[in-house]
Amino acid sequence: MTNTLFSFSGICKAFFGVQVLDGIDLELHSGRVLGLIGENGAGKSTLMNVMGGVLRPERGTMRMEGRLYEPKGPADASASGIGFIHQELNLFTNLTIAENIFIEDFPRLGWLPFIHHRRMADRARELLADIGLAASPWTPVERLSPGERQLVEIAKVLASDARIILFDEPTTSLTAKETAVLFDVIRRLKARGVAIVYISHILSDVVALSDDIAVLRDGALVATGRVEDFPIPRMISSMVGRDVKSIFPPPPQSVREAAILEVRGLSQPGVARNIDLAVHSGEIVGMFGLMGAGRTELVRMIYGLDPYAEGGVTIAGKPLPGGDPAASIVGGLAFVTENRREEGLLMSMPIAENIGLVALPGYARPYSGIIDQKRLYDAATGIATDLRIKAASYLRQSAKSLSGGNQQKVVIGKWLMARPKVLIVDEPTRGIDVGAKFEVYTILGNLAEAGSGILFISSELEELMGVAHRIVVMNRGEIVGSFQRSEFDRERIMAAAFRQSTEETAA
Amino acid sequence: METQETNQVSGSYRTGGNRLSHAFGRMFLPRRDTISIGSLAKNALLSEYFVLYLSIAYMIVLWPIIPWMFGAQNVSDILSNMWPLLIIAIGQTFVLITAGIDLSQTSVMALTSVVGAMLMVGHVDPLLFSKSPVWGILLTEEGGLLSGYSLSFIFAIVAMLAIGALVGLFNGIAVAVFRMPAFIVTLVSMMFFSAIAVYLPKSENIQGLPEAYTSISSGSLLGIPYPLLLAVAVGVAAHILLSRTLYGRRLYAIGINPTASAISGIPTKRIVVLAYVISALCATLGAVLYSSRLEMGRPTLGDMQFIDIVGANVIAGVSLAGGKGKITWTLFGVFFFVLLANSLNLLNLPFYMIDIVKGAVILAAALLDVARNRAAIQSR
Repeated sequence: MTNTLFSFSGICKAFFGVQVLDGIDLELHSGRVLGLIGENGAGKSTLMNVMGGVLRPERGTMRMEGRLYEPKGPADASASGIGFIHQELNLFTNLTIAENIFIEDFPRLGWLPFIHHRRMADRARELLADIGLAASPWTPVERLSPGERQLVEIAKVLASDARIILFDEPTTSLTAKETAVLFDVIRRLKARGVAIVYISHILSDVVALSDDIAVLRDGALVATGRVEDFPIPRMISSMVGRDVKSIFPPPPQSVREAAILEVRGLSQPGVARNIDLAVHSGEIVGMFGLMGAGRTELVRMIYGLDPYAEGGVTIAGKPLPGGDPAASIVGGLAFVTENRREEGLLMSMPIAENIGLVALPGYARPYSGIIDQKRLYDAATGIATDLRIKAASYLRQSAKSLSGGNQQKVVIGKWLMARPKVLIVDEPTRGIDVGAKFEVYTILGNLAEAGSGILFISSELEELMGVAHRIVVMNRGEIVGSFQRSEFDRERIMAAAFRQSTEETAA
Repeated sequence: METQETNQVSGSYRTGGNRLSHAFGRMFLPRRDTISIGSLAKNALLSEYFVLYLSIAYMIVLWPIIPWMFGAQNVSDILSNMWPLLIIAIGQTFVLITAGIDLSQTSVMALTSVVGAMLMVGHVDPLLFSKSPVWGILLTEEGGLLSGYSLSFIFAIVAMLAIGALVGLFNGIAVAVFRMPAFIVTLVSMMFFSAIAVYLPKSENIQGLPEAYTSISSGSLLGIPYPLLLAVAVGVAAHILLSRTLYGRRLYAIGINPTASAISGIPTKRIVVLAYVISALCATLGAVLYSSRLEMGRPTLGDMQFIDIVGANVIAGVSLAGGKGKITWTLFGVFFFVLLANSLNLLNLPFYMIDIVKGAVILAAALLDVARNRAAIQSR
């Protein structure tokens, strides 16, 4: 406990005049895992970026083994033995494992400009054995699963003799089994004396892994201590700054008779088979399934992004033409996509422009197409205020500058502005913090109460059991089960999601 | 005398370069104490109007060296060179915003000038044109199909615009619907339509255009030259289209994130196709101005002009990566570029020197764009 490896003292940083880090004092110790938690926008990423040399603090100092550490850029961090495992992986999928591991510093044949392939492979094999990944160093990364790729990232960090490794939400795209393997590796690194910072919104994981806990709120360190002193409710209340009685708001008593979204016999070879699905006015329908069960593929077809061979979709009794997102929007459908960065936002555009994007035709004058800017910005600002998006200016600040939870609210906001009858939301709470999650659930609940239908896709069963009126389970392109709220049972729902389809066993 | 002038100019260039590198120095070493001149330079650099300031500074530097640059004759030369280039560059801006590029604008200029001229030309020399593939069909000794009609020039311009629109439609459909890379599509259409422009008149210039047509470039309304009127009309329309309409918003959105745009219900294909059509139509209008001034249809019209078109846009700060650009920027970019070309001409530099300098300026502009983006991020 005494061997302090790294220390922050009095670190301050501000953006747009907003203090995002306010006098952080923190120590990292060899052979210990620090669980760093906080809502999105609390300053976790900024602190990591300061440590990684991406941002320079305005005040304060950092010390590595007692010596002053002032990184000029990411290369300095890596040279000092600080490695990062990011939420989004930074591998070159077209290259092999070994090439990825050594991409920054290939072993050379003497001083010649050629790669020493044998030495590279040998070293890569050692590292892979270290982390327990049974694959040839020459395997192209594109053939690896997300979990295996994560391990390659760790091997890459280890190759540069990292003594401090920071993990930022490393499990978001991993299966339960892959997560277990990752935790094993983290524990082994810890036993070897590596200092680890583990950042995650999945608090049970943080408890399982960490020795110490540090809680950030609004750029300040509000609580630190040993993990024994931090039961999960205390973690949540220190992150949010108030006592949170429940993680999920109860679903509203609003389900009506009328089906507002009806899917009949939707089929597309290799993707979905004979899908029947209805969402009623005022209802939140959870859609559960394993990765690859075809949930995203199904809703893309419903929304009109991908074609389907048979079947049809109706909204409030009116059929949608299919294959035409614009017509789906006019029909009253909204699709909050899973991937904010690639599919949701115009990163360099202001918040208000992003929120206005879907509803834009409604603010254009007929024939000339001239946009009524004032009305547009008023409406977008109204939505942003309702959703409590935290920003200095909705008209000037870009989506890029927001935290993950606030970005997600922008994506939801742009669909709300089009006043949809049915919202399809695909993993809306992935990678956002507890407080923002609660807000997203509340927003969806309010919409349902007002009569919209919600189709809520998630891989977190607890969340669906918390907020949905009904859960349908998808498995290999088929709907294999439907459970009313009174019948919610973790075991049975999981069993349905894991069941092999009968035809396949026969075949 | 001449060498002395050249020396002076390269001298003035060097100071210009120093000022720039000083500004770059501030950009890359932002930790140093802020000197007021430095922060002034940085503010100017980050300003939307930087290229305009640069043009004014350049004129001030040139004033003592080539005072005749500001004579009435030369000013009118500068302006008459500027209007057609501006119209064409505006078209290119639309395509650049979609993160595409239109290399075929110059071939549209050549093709439409040739076809337009063939339709309205009066008498032609059979010795020159009897080998043309359209001889005896569209073109005879008595001139083109429309020869002799008093309003022939209007029909000819309509035909030119139709041909331009078709070329743009071809480019746009290939890029947006068949998802082919804009670079290769428009490179091929540049080759293809340039070839047709040479093939139709068998590489002869078509002279003897009706006076109504040639007066487009020389005539004026209430003292305002037609080319200026046309450029202002196109510029204002383009500005409103980009900054105020549904179409414009969606065009930027597509340039920034095509996937998110498609999911948000934007008809991305239609909008991108239209951008290529606008680009080709602007090229056609440029061709009308040029060919009326030259008083001929020219199979090589616009040859070597591509670098001016894209160069002016790059100088203006329109990003080749898409999503960024404004008509006012394009206006400043074109102004600076024409000013530069004109001054280099007046200094009697040989053509290769002119190209070297132009190239260096475009490269510097590209570097400047990178530096500005970085500065914008740092000053957050």
